[in-house]
Amino acid sequence: MGVAYQVDQAYQVITGTRDRDVASASLDRADAAAAARGDTRAFERIYARHVARIHSLARRMIGPEEADDATQEVFVRAWTKIASFRGDAAFGTWLHRLAINVLLGRRASLATHRGRFIEADAAFTTVAARPPSTELRMDFETAVERLPSGARQVLVLHDVEGYKHEEIADMLGISIGTSKSQLHRARMALREHLDR
Amino acid sequence: MHDPWIDRLSEYLDDELSPAERAALEEHLGSCAECAAALADLERVVARVASLEDRPPERDLWPGIAARIAAAGAPAEPQVIELPTRVHAPSRRFSFTAGQLVAAALALVFLSGGAVWLLRQPPGPSVAAGSVPTTSVAETSFVSLTTWNSYDAAVAELERVLDLHRERLDSATVRVVEENLRIIDAAIEEARRALEADPANSYLNGHLVDNMQRKLELLRRVATLANAAT
Repeated sequence: MGVAYQVDQAYQVITGTRDRDVASASLDRADAAAAARGDTRAFERIYARHVARIHSLARRMIGPEEADDATQEVFVRAWTKIASFRGDAAFGTWLHRLAINVLLGRRASLATHRGRFIEADAAFTTVAARPPSTELRMDFETAVERLPSGARQVLVLHDVEGYKHEEIADMLGISIGTSKSQLHRARMALREHLDR
Repeated sequence: MHDPWIDRLSEYLDDELSPAERAALEEHLGSCAECAAALADLERVVARVASLEDRPPERDLWPGIAARIAAAGAPAEPQVIELPTRVHAPSRRFSFTAGQLVAAALALVFLSGGAVWLLRQPPGPSVAAGSVPTTSVAETSFVSLTTWNSYDAAVAELERVLDLHRERLDSATVRVVEENLRIIDAAIEEARRALEADPANSYLNGHLVDNMQRKLELLRRVATLANAAT
């Protein structure tokens, strides 16, 4: 095992995922401990490491209009609760769970105040039935964001975040059958936005 | 006429059909081009969704967060958050941020130490496996290397390595390496200074990491030459 091998290993810290995750997790633990003692600079580093993921989750779960505010709320909530992070799981997992909680709470609030979360067929077809002409075709991420909220949330929780239908049904207050049908409808709608 | 099987394709993909249903659907797929095409599309949709890239917000949200946490005061006492554990979540990609920068610092500390070891060995085919420190990057503690001082030390070490290596490599090669290192170091220093004023700036973080990647790539080439020269 020569230097070139070691350099390859080190290089993976930058270009790979496994070692980078290890590095990030270790930094998170150190910064979380410092933040729990009131170190805002440490918390800012945590923010910098995780904001892309949290904002992407918020954008997909509750839409781009609310994503900025929801992301700020997630990090403020994380600051107030960071002393409860014990290091049993990765900090990213802890923060992610907290974010899901915040976003589900906002989803319920938005549903109450705006009445937007209606899964009408007409709303669903805004994505699925859009003519896939070259000039009008939206990118795949935008198509996901424009799915009806319920279907989008099931899709994100199942296909992006890895939750099971039983868990999603419990989190969203819907039946397992509804979770499955929403997932299928979301996937079918997104067929039109695959690169051909 | 609507094909009822088409509504079961996601369950088929997710392995949620009973064995009998699965067998029946597979038989149907053999004779239904529409369902077969839809299934192929759904497989692509699932793969595409799983590979969605995370991206940061268009504006920096930290100032608003900083103001709110300043108003909130110190973190509160522990409170447990309960949610189902993710069971089959795909591995998510990280954007390059300050965390990776410190990881890069570790990488430089580690590999420059290895390079020093190699260069201090006598010439000849004595680069025996097992003689090199075997601690992998993944096993190394990152916690103790959370300051930029470690990176500065690594840079200095690397420069010393190159000085030691000068006699073994072609002088033109050494000049090219040194010139490239000088340019990269200047870019890194510039980005670091900018980051001191704006530590959460994702562009600056990316720019800094890009240059550190360049440095590692350059180092990789030099290390290859070093191995060939021993």
